[in-house]
Amino acid sequence: MKAICFYFQIHQPFRLKTYRFFDIGNDHYYYDDFANDDIITRIAQRSYLPANEVLLDLIKQYGNKFKVAFSISGTALEQLEQYVPEFIDSMKELAATGCVEFLSETYAHSLASLEDPDEFIAQVKEHDKKIYDLFGQRPKVFRNTELIYDDDIAAMVQSMGFKGAITDGAKHILGWKSPNYVYTAASAPKLKLLLKNSKMSDDISFRFNNYDWAEYPLTADKYISWIAQLPQEEQLVNLFMNYETLGELQPRESGIFEFIKALPRFAAQNDIQFMTPSEVISRLKPVGELSVMHPISWADEARDTSAWLGNTLQQEAVKKLYSISERVRLCNDRRIKQDWYYLQASDHFFYMSTKHSDDGSVHSHYSPYDSPYTAFTNYMNVLSDFRTRVKEQFPAGVESEELNSLILTIRNQENEIEQLHREVQMLRNNIVKDVAGDFKAEPLTEETGTKPEKKAPAKKTAVKKTSTKKTAEKKAPAEKATAKKTATKKATKQK
Amino acid sequence: MFGWEFPPHILGGLGTASFGLSKGMAENGNMDITFVIPKPWGDEPKDFAKIIGANCTPVAWRDVNWDYVQSRIGNVMDPQLYYDLRDHIYSDFNYMNTNDLGCIEFSGRYPDNLLEEINNYSIVAGVIARTLNFDIIHSHDWLTYPAGIHAKQVSGKPLVIHVHATDFDRSRGNVNPTVFSIERDGMLNADRIITVSNLTRQTVIEKYGIPAEKVITVHNAVEPLSEELLNVQVPPKHDKVVTFLGRITMQKGPEYFVEAAALVLRKVSDVQFVMAGGGDMMEKMIRLAARRGIADRFHFAGFLKGKQVYEMLKASDVFVMPSVSEPFGISPLEAMQMGVPSIISKQSGCAEILENVIKVDYWDINAMADAIYSIIKYPGMYKQLHENGLNEVDQIRWKKAGAKVINIYNSLVNP
Repeated sequence: MKAICFYFQIHQPFRLKTYRFFDIGNDHYYYDDFANDDIITRIAQRSYLPANEVLLDLIKQYGNKFKVAFSISGTALEQLEQYVPEFIDSMKELAATGCVEFLSETYAHSLASLEDPDEFIAQVKEHDKKIYDLFGQRPKVFRNTELIYDDDIAAMVQSMGFKGAITDGAKHILGWKSPNYVYTAASAPKLKLLLKNSKMSDDISFRFNNYDWAEYPLTADKYISWIAQLPQEEQLVNLFMNYETLGELQPRESGIFEFIKALPRFAAQNDIQFMTPSEVISRLKPVGELSVMHPISWADEARDTSAWLGNTLQQEAVKKLYSISERVRLCNDRRIKQDWYYLQASDHFFYMSTKHSDDGSVHSHYSPYDSPYTAFTNYMNVLSDFRTRVKEQFPAGVESEELNSLILTIRNQENEIEQLHREVQMLRNNIVKDVAGDFKAEPLTEETGTKPEKKAPAKKTAVKKTSTKKTAEKKAPAEKATAKKTATKKATKQK
Repeated sequence: MFGWEFPPHILGGLGTASFGLSKGMAENGNMDITFVIPKPWGDEPKDFAKIIGANCTPVAWRDVNWDYVQSRIGNVMDPQLYYDLRDHIYSDFNYMNTNDLGCIEFSGRYPDNLLEEINNYSIVAGVIARTLNFDIIHSHDWLTYPAGIHAKQVSGKPLVIHVHATDFDRSRGNVNPTVFSIERDGMLNADRIITVSNLTRQTVIEKYGIPAEKVITVHNAVEPLSEELLNVQVPPKHDKVVTFLGRITMQKGPEYFVEAAALVLRKVSDVQFVMAGGGDMMEKMIRLAARRGIADRFHFAGFLKGKQVYEMLKASDVFVMPSVSEPFGISPLEAMQMGVPSIISKQSGCAEILENVIKVDYWDINAMADAIYSIIKYPGMYKQLHENGLNEVDQIRWKKAGAKVINIYNSLVNP
């Protein structure tokens, strides 16, 4: 029994309008509404809406045999809600069938996983909330922006409670291994990994309509027979692609919708199932561990992060952006929060790529700018204005270094409080267990009783930290040390 | 080859390009190049091409002895060549203003009687074409087209003309009919036309009505700089420097540079703008800068030559070439060689081959100002353009351009 796991990505960034340096400080609206409206509406009409119809028909026709998964970025959802609300309705209808799984990702389709762990976690939560609000599902499987993945990210994803993650079956990671199995993450043994089968996915997304391709025309019959001919042990084919493959990259005239419509019939004939990522994770056993030292992704020939962080321009823009993330999280201004998400979209950095040849043409195909240098200039002008606005949220007298150290103190204390809190809880539990016993009960109650009082001032002000620290040290020297360690670790990372 | 300028005595880009190309062709080997210029000074490099001065070529018989010729023109060319040339005088030109050697004097510049000088140059070309043994004729720019045509008529050898610029570039559309007819005549008589960019190629095809298959683009290149020029010393500076380098004429779009400077200075104060070069629009530009109220931050450096150019570039943080119409434009390449980030107009021929520069429309002063601001304010931008620009310009070699020209020759000589 073999299985196909379909997963479609839907993402659109908020493209920036032409923003000159003389607008810095004067104009705080950054987006090209016309282009954003135009693009999402066009793609929805040509691709998303008809494709949804096809999927819905298939699900109705084949009962629960046909299944797919989606990941829709928060920025795309916002645009769709605003410009193509009928798509959200159509998606809700699909969600109601129970044959569609929604995956988790970062709200802004951002690079936060590489740059800022706190921001990353916050965004994933924000995104999952949005998905739940719209479609009533809590995502169980995680896919990162453009399938970016490495061991550190795996650990974070597992700590957030996800059972599985999706990434690319990059050749330099897999080597002789096949992507057609489930693996586990080396750094997070409970996290199962689904890898994109690049060859089979790209047959649909890039080669389907290519007259020069030896296999042209690709029929559902032929395609399913390739899967059927895979070795018996290889049970899983992960087909991951952009949703606009259906109808936009491969236009309706190419017969792509008919191809999709015919897939389930031939799959059934060959005893091939469709599974969602969650089903795959619960049913198939992992065959081995994968360790990924350096981040991989599904972009460009190199399958690494060089599409967004490959040159000096991109590095500077990303560095400047995330250098203020701590401050933004302390802000309450709704528009600042919104801009903060929109500016993090990885697309902005994708446009700044200076790669040549095939990769370069992909970058320039999607870019609204005529050159990477224009992309950079425009983005940096917007970012300059945004940074000024964020700084204005804080009292002018506070030096940025001072502020940073205060922020650090607060964070350290938060960690400390949490540690202590846990300890209190643990001790309390011990007391409950120990009621029968006759010794040691009294000093413990005393200790726990005093703690909550002392915690209060710590939260209020950062300056009084020394007193709390001392008491904390007395009570739990061991925990203190670990708390400090994590705090300093984070501090160095920040720098 | 017929040319008008040759280093080190050059007035514009034409001399540099003709020189670079000849040298690049010589590097490909198996070439015997004779380069005719109106007035050699004697200090031209002669290692890869034989130099003949038009002003050393007799058009009227004079009975002079070897020593006298040696003393007069020995620093420029071999006296034996003088006698060889004298044997091939084809008509009596004594009615012309000839000197004691029977030669016509040339200024080698762009004097008011330029048309007369062009005509004289063509007369001289007749003598040279009858004397020398050659396979192909190559004329650089319109001044030498008549000479090329004459040489072709005399020898029956194929003629290649090299269009470094057309009058449409020089005049922003107000074409001088005499110049136009000389240019068109050259193009019609040529067996192949080489243009320095696709932009020029289009002009040649559309404005001069030349069949497209006759016109081939060979982009210009640059010579690697010497250590001495790369390491020129400049005094330390406090402000960022943005530079315009070129003739201050209509073709180069200097007013757009001034307007962009005014926009930038509204926002940032620690920037200096420098306009280096001379030309008929200089006074107008000085007045414009004053009217925009930026004269304290806007400097006119005058005409720079040789090492001064590189000193200026070394001191610059941004180089701007806002040309309205530029057949090729070698100066951004020189700026890149010095590691200076460059902003060029999309209407420049070099925009066709350069990647690591910022390209804007010459009239879009907002975009130009934005690009200047970006380079001086965002270190990543400067670094990217600086490093990648150096790498890129390092690949643009005359040897490659020379090889292309040799291919064109071969297609004509052995069809």
